[in-house]
Amino acid sequence: MIEVENLTKYYGDFLAIENVTFQVQKGEILGFLGPNAAGKTTTMRILAGYMPPSSGTAKVAGFDVVEQSLEARKRIGYMPETVPLYTDMTVESYLDFHATIKGLRGKKKQQRIDEVLDICRLGDYYDVIIGKLSKGYRQRVGIAQAIVHEPEVLILDEPTIGIDPKQVVETRQLIKSLGRDRTVILSSHILPEVNMVCERVIIINEGRVVAVDRPENLSAALKGSEQIQMEVRGAIKEIVASLRELKGVQDVTWESAGENNIFTVDCSPGSDLREEIAHLIVGKGWGLINLQTKRMSLEDIFLKLTMKEESEA
Amino acid sequence: MRNTLAIAWKELRTYFVTPMAYVVISVFLLINGYFFAASVSGSFAEASIRGFLFPASFILLILTPLLTMRLLAEEQKMGTIELLLTAPLRDTEVIMGKFLSSLAIVGAMLALTLWYPVLLFWFGNPDPFPIITGYLGILLVGSAFISVGLFTSSLTSNQIAAAISSFGILLLLWLINAAPQFIKGIPPGIFDYISPSVHFRDFAYGVLDIKALVYYLSFSAIFLFSAIKSLEARRWR
Repeated sequence: MIEVENLTKYYGDFLAIENVTFQVQKGEILGFLGPNAAGKTTTMRILAGYMPPSSGTAKVAGFDVVEQSLEARKRIGYMPETVPLYTDMTVESYLDFHATIKGLRGKKKQQRIDEVLDICRLGDYYDVIIGKLSKGYRQRVGIAQAIVHEPEVLILDEPTIGIDPKQVVETRQLIKSLGRDRTVILSSHILPEVNMVCERVIIINEGRVVAVDRPENLSAALKGSEQIQMEVRGAIKEIVASLRELKGVQDVTWESAGENNIFTVDCSPGSDLREEIAHLIVGKGWGLINLQTKRMSLEDIFLKLTMKEESEA
Repeated sequence: MRNTLAIAWKELRTYFVTPMAYVVISVFLLINGYFFAASVSGSFAEASIRGFLFPASFILLILTPLLTMRLLAEEQKMGTIELLLTAPLRDTEVIMGKFLSSLAIVGAMLALTLWYPVLLFWFGNPDPFPIITGYLGILLVGSAFISVGLFTSSLTSNQIAAAISSFGILLLLWLINAAPQFIKGIPPGIFDYISPSVHFRDFAYGVLDIKALVYYLSFSAIFLFSAIKSLEARRWR
């Protein structure tokens, strides 16, 4: 449904995104995850046809977003991060305007406006001036204008930013239900959100894609560099030194917790060192109080990936 | 065409939910009423609308920049241009829709002065032809002014900057026929030809010159085309 190849965008000398490549299947909900200024908005703007890439191509529903921009735009619903709306219009007249410029006419248009008012739970607010709506309701109007023409692809830039927690939950449910019969790309810097809503995640940092996978696979893949956490009583220096001697141990960190110390061991991918480590510690006569593997959360993966990028650079 | 009308309709609505349309129309009518009353009640009173047409063209020069400054500058300032440019619209449709909305306001202002000629016919015996060409001329002048304002509004997100620059361009062009008094070496006909005020004179005296008609239409077309290109260029920044 969406094919992005080697997308690169410069703003003057500033490199916003570099060689971004990914595909999105029909009916998939894809999460775009990254810290601020990572290039999420730039990528989405290019896909939505707001600006062209410096190089590379992007196709939406088979149409090139630059060469066949008009055809591509007909099939896209887009909500920018700032949710720019005409604040002096009522909700209904605003949606009517958007339905018209997106090609809906007559009876079908009115029917569809009523539908989206219903879907976005704006029914009670149809004649309210947008300028008087709270941020949460404006967000709903933003989503309503994006879906009014029943686009095949929905692009939502930070759809839950700046709204209260109850509305965040509702918005996520709404996005999930919208994703049932169309392709959705959403960006976020909130990890649990992406984990909850999206079927696949792209992690982007400093303009480059650092990981693409299903949320559960991402954790599994990075379980490669699995961590073992344990609580041990004994001399810190000796424990660290002998742990580091073990084959497959990449790094050892510790923090003291009263009488005992908590050690975190980074192991090389695929190795399971639990038994060996337990053996070692017990053998040396230290007190092994607790030992467990630590599965990395999406948050850890995210931090790890983005930190790694930074230390390389 | 439907898209163009949808944009025109939306803009018209905005003119009337904000005080803009009411203020501009009222000021226009107030000042024109003053000039018209003066022209028909003095000792050189004549049964024509010329006494209203010349001041009206100059008042339009001041008011249309205020009417057009919002059209694209505000979209850029509020970020709404992002949704406008990502909607399946052609840039031409966006510009023409906005142009038509302002033209409708200018048309409405002029329509509200139509009772001046009615009064003339009631109390006198005016020549109808200069009245018809006069109204056609001033509508063409209005359309030329709007196209300049729309162009400057496309260049900036600051409404005031858009208004001042379009006012500057219009005033300079309006008065440029006086340039031969101090610029030598360039045939004075050229200045006459590019100045919109010179071409307007014929209309006011009842002369329907095809050259003047072409002049105003191409004047508008050049600036509308520039506005379209300026909008298009936004996509490439």
